[in-house]
Amino acid sequence: MALQDRNRVVVLEDRVENISGAEFPLSFDGKEVPFTLASFKDTFDIKIIRVTPTDIEFDLIGVDASIANALRRILIAEIPTMAIEKVYMVNNTGIVQDEVLAHRLGLIPIKADPDEFQWKRADEQPTDQNTLVFRLDITCARNPEAAADETDNSVKYINGSVYSGQLAWIPQGDQETRFAANPIRPVHDDILVTKMRPGQQIVCEMHCEKGVGKDHAKFSPVSTASYRLLPEIQILEDITGEDAEVFAQCFAPGVIEIVTENGVKKARVANARKDTVSREVLRHKRFEGKVRLTRVRDHFIFSVESTGIVAPEKLVSQALDVLMEKCDIAKAALAQATNGGGGSEMDEE
Amino acid sequence: MESAAETTGTNYIALLDVPEEKIEILPGASSDLTSVTFSIKEEDHTLGNALRWAIMQNPQVDFCGYSIPHPSEAKMNVRIQTTERSNAVDAMNKGLDDLKMVCAMTKAKLAQRLEERDYARTD
Repeated sequence: MALQDRNRVVVLEDRVENISGAEFPLSFDGKEVPFTLASFKDTFDIKIIRVTPTDIEFDLIGVDASIANALRRILIAEIPTMAIEKVYMVNNTGIVQDEVLAHRLGLIPIKADPDEFQWKRADEQPTDQNTLVFRLDITCARNPEAAADETDNSVKYINGSVYSGQLAWIPQGDQETRFAANPIRPVHDDILVTKMRPGQQIVCEMHCEKGVGKDHAKFSPVSTASYRLLPEIQILEDITGEDAEVFAQCFAPGVIEIVTENGVKKARVANARKDTVSREVLRHKRFEGKVRLTRVRDHFIFSVESTGIVAPEKLVSQALDVLMEKCDIAKAALAQATNGGGGSEMDEE
Repeated sequence: MESAAETTGTNYIALLDVPEEKIEILPGASSDLTSVTFSIKEEDHTLGNALRWAIMQNPQVDFCGYSIPHPSEAKMNVRIQTTERSNAVDAMNKGLDDLKMVCAMTKAKLAQRLEERDYARTD
């Protein structure tokens, strides 16, 4: 295989070839240079494309899929946040049952910096260091000012809809001063929790605890975290005239541009990144042998959407911290295992 | 275990929930420790695959693979076989160090790129 093709995944009409990388010492006739951190530093790069308060898109170039996947998995399942974990129902005469209502309350993202809180074990008492308290006390009534023939429920009833913004934070201990600059609240105030009708009442107290997404999805700090490989379109033979128009139509808008050279229309790749890799072009007989679709195996286009609790660029950085912490914990455990436990027995043998 | 938290200064993993014997060397290891299977509790593909990659970059390692023997047991096995010039415990240590370094470099690069502000920012 040609050297430049080693990190290309080849997309064919009916299959995908060259999927797994073999970037390991001695895997290509012993010609490979072994992995060193210095060589990694030279080839690896990050390019940030777009950052918004909730989203980030960046390119991770020159790392193995296992690292990219570890990052993605940690973003989804192992970065802690605060979420409603316990709901103490005082009164619920609404149509939604206690357990369903508690579940819906749990899924509301709570804007609280998880770093400010400690982990709470099941047998521990709640304190102001590990628990946040919210209260919901709401009664639905008929609006006395509404016209008799009013049909709009939002006018006809008071509290006909319960929104997340109606959860009231009850500061405990020194929380009021600790979070004076950044009061604890739901990220969005307009999440519909339930609907009520006159005479119905919901009174409950909610306790938020620190947790991770692998325990329950409500703790996940991201809506989505995903990556895809950079698509690449190689035009092997000039595509001109009417064919160029058909060729451009095979791809998403903006992927192929048509340029005029010496009075002849010619197809050229403008932005392969926008390509969806639909493989439509491979269905046309007239392009057979003229085009090659590949993906760059070590170029990951990451897209992370935060729920709004933690800024997306901070999340990526935290994910790397988690992986480093995992390494530290494993290293300490390995030292323990080889010194005290099994390791010494092995030496005596 | 607490020393681990001190080195990074973070608190993303509930250290109280880390099992006491997180790593165990499974029976059947060779006496010179060149062929060893480690059993790591409470870990999955997140660390498993990344660690396998890092260990395989070591030229002294002949073989490295990982498996999760059963999905309902929070356990991951890593098998390492090395040449006589090294041993599996050293290879594991080096793998963990290398993986950590890769993360540290990625984190530094990310911070650098964020500082450069060479991207579209919308608020």
